[in-house]
Amino acid sequence: METATQILLLVAAAIRLATPLLLAALAGLYAERSGVIDLSLEGKMLAGAFAGAAVASVTGSVWVGALGAILTGIVLSLLHGFATVTHRGNQVVAGMAINIAMAGLIPTVAQAIFALGGQTPQLGPAQRFLNVALGNNALTFFAFLAVPATGWLLYRTGWGLRLRAVGENPYAVDTAGLPVARLRYQALLVNGALAGLAGAYLSMAANAGFSRDMTAGKGYLAIAALIFGRWAPVPTMLACLLFAFADAAQAQLQTVRILPSQFVGALPYILTVLVLALVGKGGGMPKALGIPYVKERGA
Amino acid sequence: MSSEITPARRAGIEVAVVASALIAAFAVAGIVLAVIGADPIEAFGILVYGAFGYPEAIGYTLYYATSYMFAGLAVWVALKAGIFNIGGEGQAYLGGLGAALPCLFLDTLPPILLLPLAMISAAVFGAGWAAIPGYLQARRQTHVVVTTIMFNFIAGALMTYLLNNWLLAPGGGSPETRSFAPQAIMPALHEILALVGIKIAHSPANLSLLVALLAVACTWTFMFRTVWGYETRVVGANPNAARYAGIDPGAVILRTMLISGALVGLVAVNEVMGVHKRLILDFPAGAGFVGIAVALMARESAIGLVLASVLFAALAQGSLDLVIDMPMINREVVRLIQGVLILFCGALPSLFRKFITRLLTQSPAAAQAGAL
Repeated sequence: METATQILLLVAAAIRLATPLLLAALAGLYAERSGVIDLSLEGKMLAGAFAGAAVASVTGSVWVGALGAILTGIVLSLLHGFATVTHRGNQVVAGMAINIAMAGLIPTVAQAIFALGGQTPQLGPAQRFLNVALGNNALTFFAFLAVPATGWLLYRTGWGLRLRAVGENPYAVDTAGLPVARLRYQALLVNGALAGLAGAYLSMAANAGFSRDMTAGKGYLAIAALIFGRWAPVPTMLACLLFAFADAAQAQLQTVRILPSQFVGALPYILTVLVLALVGKGGGMPKALGIPYVKERGA
Repeated sequence: MSSEITPARRAGIEVAVVASALIAAFAVAGIVLAVIGADPIEAFGILVYGAFGYPEAIGYTLYYATSYMFAGLAVWVALKAGIFNIGGEGQAYLGGLGAALPCLFLDTLPPILLLPLAMISAAVFGAGWAAIPGYLQARRQTHVVVTTIMFNFIAGALMTYLLNNWLLAPGGGSPETRSFAPQAIMPALHEILALVGIKIAHSPANLSLLVALLAVACTWTFMFRTVWGYETRVVGANPNAARYAGIDPGAVILRTMLISGALVGLVAVNEVMGVHKRLILDFPAGAGFVGIAVALMARESAIGLVLASVLFAALAQGSLDLVIDMPMINREVVRLIQGVLILFCGALPSLFRKFITRLLTQSPAAAQAGAL
């Protein structure tokens, strides 16, 4: 009985912890299936987390806050697209640039607006995502429903087919008369919205307000989950659940104190490296991932 | 005006590209400062004065520049092989362990033996921490950015554990080692110059600065004058061509990651042996990430790498004065400038290059060649 309760609690915690990872990993999935590597999930989540909490705190509305997080994510995605799609810049470098710039911009703006040492004020009940059913909030339901929705979009619609094609062979897509850049921008719009929401979950659902460095590498864990999940929705969800389960188990182990707390705390990161070492480059990688598309010019 | 692109003109274009990126980065920072209600001109004035305005400030700027040179070299070397080592933070942290062990446990040795030994140890530990992500990238094609970031977090946990449980100073309350003996400390520049009768202001700048400049010279010689360096550049430019030429890209990638980790491990020589004089928590303080911006600004130029290090050192030092004079500003704004510079120098160079090349040559054909 005791152990059954323990396991149930662990599963419930894993679902909660998986939500931001899943939203971010799905964000990455849209970008990467279209051929754009997205290492800027960390920065987009951080910006989304701050924007969501800040807007909710100022307007008093959880929904306006969530909209703020979504728009912030989209703005950063458009910046990423401008550098990598329009100007064919290095996608990895552009992603890191966004992460580092956000690590500088967000605390600066937070301090300037709220003067609370880089935090937002505590959010009240009306400004947060509260549990609606089965002990979970709306964002968690949204994240897990987004998995079949993404599967349907990718594999059952014409847009999904074109999106996958542009990530595999943009030349063929271009030859068929379809706009490569526009498709990639469309993928990036979805990407920004989901990454912003992933951040909003951290500051508006899991916590009651934004605090510094609150993403703590979750954007990178999401990329690892995406690689482990072979860029497909359901396996990516399972990978997110695995990482979240390790995180939940880690929190439980901290209370038992059989291992040094620092070692236990590093478990999710160690697990990530082990998983990546196991799958290597991984099957299912979009073939044109990371390669800027240069339209052939008439010589 | 000739439309030919000579090497000199190409170098001129590169300088103009970096200069434009710099202006753009400061413009973005200036706009942010203006929006949050700080006068950007006044802020940049305080920044420059805080970095270069008085003798101690210059010493502090040189101290930061030393760490950034090591970190920048590490990222630069890896980029030449086509890999993006952003694990400098964790590798420098482990380098600190490497430096501290001989300084704590072999400090009966004379400085002439102990200092080089501790330096080598710092480099070896830094290389060791880069070895696993390097191996995984070389042999399993795992994403080196993700694994090195994970290794930064793991390094943080490992060092916190070691400092709290094994290296803690006896009777000490905070998680740090005891202070090193005098023979384990890198002499400060003002001490060295005092020996020959030159008096300069006291500052943390120390002998590591000369080690860093030497490392820059050695790295450039390695990259452009040796077979290993040539192999590194071939792998970075085209791994398939390298394979046809009989070069094993995996071996080159692993080797380059080890060199990269060793270089950033030397950050510890400056920080741990030169300034803090003991091993403390989180001493790399973001130097590993500053290295990314330094490396991308350096392009092909060793002087560029040194100047970029001094620039970020000036920002780090000047921002200390800035937050005292203008309390609404957060010191993190410096990272915004780093991020924007990385974006413009690393991901968007074509934006400025096309424009500048066209301006210089006034020929669209040459502009296109310049963009390649």
